[in-house]
Amino acid sequence: MTDPATLFGLCAAGLVAIGLYGLVLQPTPLRKIIAFNLIGTGAFLLFGVAARRGAAAGLSADPVPQAMVITGIVVAFAATALAVALLLRLAETGVYTLESGEAPPRDEPPT
Amino acid sequence: MTPVLATGSGGALLVVAVFLPVIGMLGIFFLGVRRAWWIAPLILPAGLITSLAIAFDVAQSGMPVTYALGNWQPPLGIALRADGLAAVFMVMTAWILCAVALYAGGASTGAQDTLENRRPYVFWILLLGLWCALNTTFLAQDLFTLFVALELLTFSAVPLVCLDGKRETLQAALRYLLFALVGSVFYLIGAAVLYGNYGTLDLSGLREAARYDLATAIALGLMIVGLMAKAALFPLHLWLPPAHAGAPPAASAVLSALVVKAPFFLILRLWFDVAPQSSFELPAQMLAGLGMASIIVCSVMALRQERLKLMIAYSTVAQIGYLFLMFPLVTSIDGSAIFQSIGWTGGVLQAVSHALAKASMFLAAGVIAETLGHDRIDKLNGAVTVVPVSIAAFGLSGLSLMGLPPSGGFVAKLMLLTAATENSSWWIAATILLGGILAASYVFRVLGRALAAPPEGLSSARRVPLRRELVVLGLAICAVLLGFVPLQPFGFLGIGRTGLP
Repeated sequence: MTDPATLFGLCAAGLVAIGLYGLVLQPTPLRKIIAFNLIGTGAFLLFGVAARRGAAAGLSADPVPQAMVITGIVVAFAATALAVALLLRLAETGVYTLESGEAPPRDEPPT
Repeated sequence: MTPVLATGSGGALLVVAVFLPVIGMLGIFFLGVRRAWWIAPLILPAGLITSLAIAFDVAQSGMPVTYALGNWQPPLGIALRADGLAAVFMVMTAWILCAVALYAGGASTGAQDTLENRRPYVFWILLLGLWCALNTTFLAQDLFTLFVALELLTFSAVPLVCLDGKRETLQAALRYLLFALVGSVFYLIGAAVLYGNYGTLDLSGLREAARYDLATAIALGLMIVGLMAKAALFPLHLWLPPAHAGAPPAASAVLSALVVKAPFFLILRLWFDVAPQSSFELPAQMLAGLGMASIIVCSVMALRQERLKLMIAYSTVAQIGYLFLMFPLVTSIDGSAIFQSIGWTGGVLQAVSHALAKASMFLAAGVIAETLGHDRIDKLNGAVTVVPVSIAAFGLSGLSLMGLPPSGGFVAKLMLLTAATENSSWWIAATILLGGILAASYVFRVLGRALAAPPEGLSSARRVPLRRELVVLGLAICAVLLGFVPLQPFGFLGIGRTGLP
C-alpha cells in the first residue's frame, strides 16, 4: 500500500490517540498509568520512524534515535514504577481513586 | 557546518554545577540516615559559589560559557552552555535552595520513630536531585538532554509533595505525576517530529536549520503545550494547588519558587532560540491570553480559599500567568527593539522576584502553621503577637506579588506594563493592573486578620527557632531589594543571544 515508514507513523499516531483517550476518560489511576505507557510507546515508535526516514547517509537506519528510544524507555519505566509505588501507598490508605482529593481537607489525618 | 565549540576557561565550572548535587546525593547514601545533614553545609555553599563564579565569568567576558562534553562537537556530542539568562536562573536557584536548606536544616530530628528519622534524609536527597535537574535544564543544549532533565525534575519533585504520606498528599502527588508525565510525553513526541524534520536536536543546529512549515509548527506546539502542563498555565493548572499546599513548607517553597520555572525557561528557549521568528504573532497572543486567564481566574480562586497555603498556591498560578504576558510583547513585529527588550527584562525579573517572594511566603506560612497549629485564614486573628517576624516577611513578599514599590515585583510589572502600553496591547495592560488589585485583596485579607486584636488566651502551640524566622525575613528582603535594580533593559540577560532581544 504505502511505504513502511508511513504505516508505522500512522500506527504511532493511533497509539498516541488511544492512550490520550484512556488518560482523559478512564477514571481509575491504574488505567491512566497504562494509558500513559501507550502514549509513550507511540512516541518511541515515532522515533523509530524518524530513524528509518533519516537514514540519508546510506545506512539502513539512523542509530541516534534508537539510542534515544532506549533512554526514553528507561525513563518511562522509572516513571511507571514511581506512579505504581504511589498508587500502592494510596491503596494502603484505603482509596483507589483520585476523586476525593477535591473534598474539603480535614483537620485530622484519616487513620 | 556548525562552528567548532571552544571550551573557555570557565567551561569546567558548568560540569561542576551539574555534578556537585550528584556527589552530594552519593555522599548522603554513603553516610546514611543519621549523618545526612553533614552533607548540605558542604555542598550547598559550594554550589552557590559555582553559580556565582559562572555568572561572574559570563559578565566579565560578555560571552556565554560553553563546554563540549568529552570534547565531542555538538551535532554528535552534547554541549553545556551558560548564557546570561541561564546564569541568572542558576544563581536564583542556588540562592533559594541555600535559604530553604537553612530553614529546614536540623528540623525535627529528635523523634525516635523511623519514618520521622528517614524524612529529612529523603528530603535532602530529593532537594539535591532537584538542583541537579534544574542546573541541567538551564545549561543543556540539546532537546533530548533537556527531556531527561525534565524527567529528573519530575521524579525529584513528586515525592517531595507526599513526604508526610497522608492520603490527600498522595492523591495530589499522583495527579501531579500524571500531568507531568503527559507533559513530558508531548514534549518527547515534539522532539521526535523535530528530529525527523531536521536530523538534529542540538539547539544551535536547529536554530540555523529552522524554517516555517507544518511539521515544525506542530512539533513546537506539542512541546509548548506539554511544558504548559508542567508549568501549570491556566487550563492545565488543576494539579498545582493541592500538590503545593499539601507539601511540607520547605518543599512547597522549592516547588513553587523553582520547579515551575524550569518548564517556563524551556518554553523561552524553544520560543526565542529555536522557533523561526516573525510567524509567531498569533500563538504569542494565545499564550498571553492563557496567561491573562490564569491571572484573573486564579487570583479570584485565591481570594476564596479558606486555608493559607492553598491561597498561596493559587497565587503561584496567577503569578506564573504574568510570565506568559511577555511573549506577544517581545515577539511583535512592529514593536521597537527597546520596548521589546524592556518586556523581556520585565518577564525575567518577574520570574526571579516571584521566586524570592513566593519562597518567603510559603516558609512564612509554614512558621505560622507550626506556631498556631492550623492555617485557617479566618482564625489567624492576632498572629502578629506570636510570630511578628514571619508576618512582616509575609507582608514584604506580598508587596512584590501586588507590584507595589519598592519591590522586585513592582519593577517587573512596571516594565511589562510599559512594554504593553507601547505595544498598544491595552488588554494586557488592563490585566496587569487588575491582577495587582486582586493580589492586594488576598494579601490584605490575611494581613488584616493577622494584625487584628488577638482573641482571649492566644498562645503559641510551640516555638519556632528564630533562625527560621530570620531566613523567611531575609528572602522577603531580597525580593524587596530587587526593586532597586535600574528601570532599564538589563544587558546581562542579552549575553549570548543572537536574535532579539
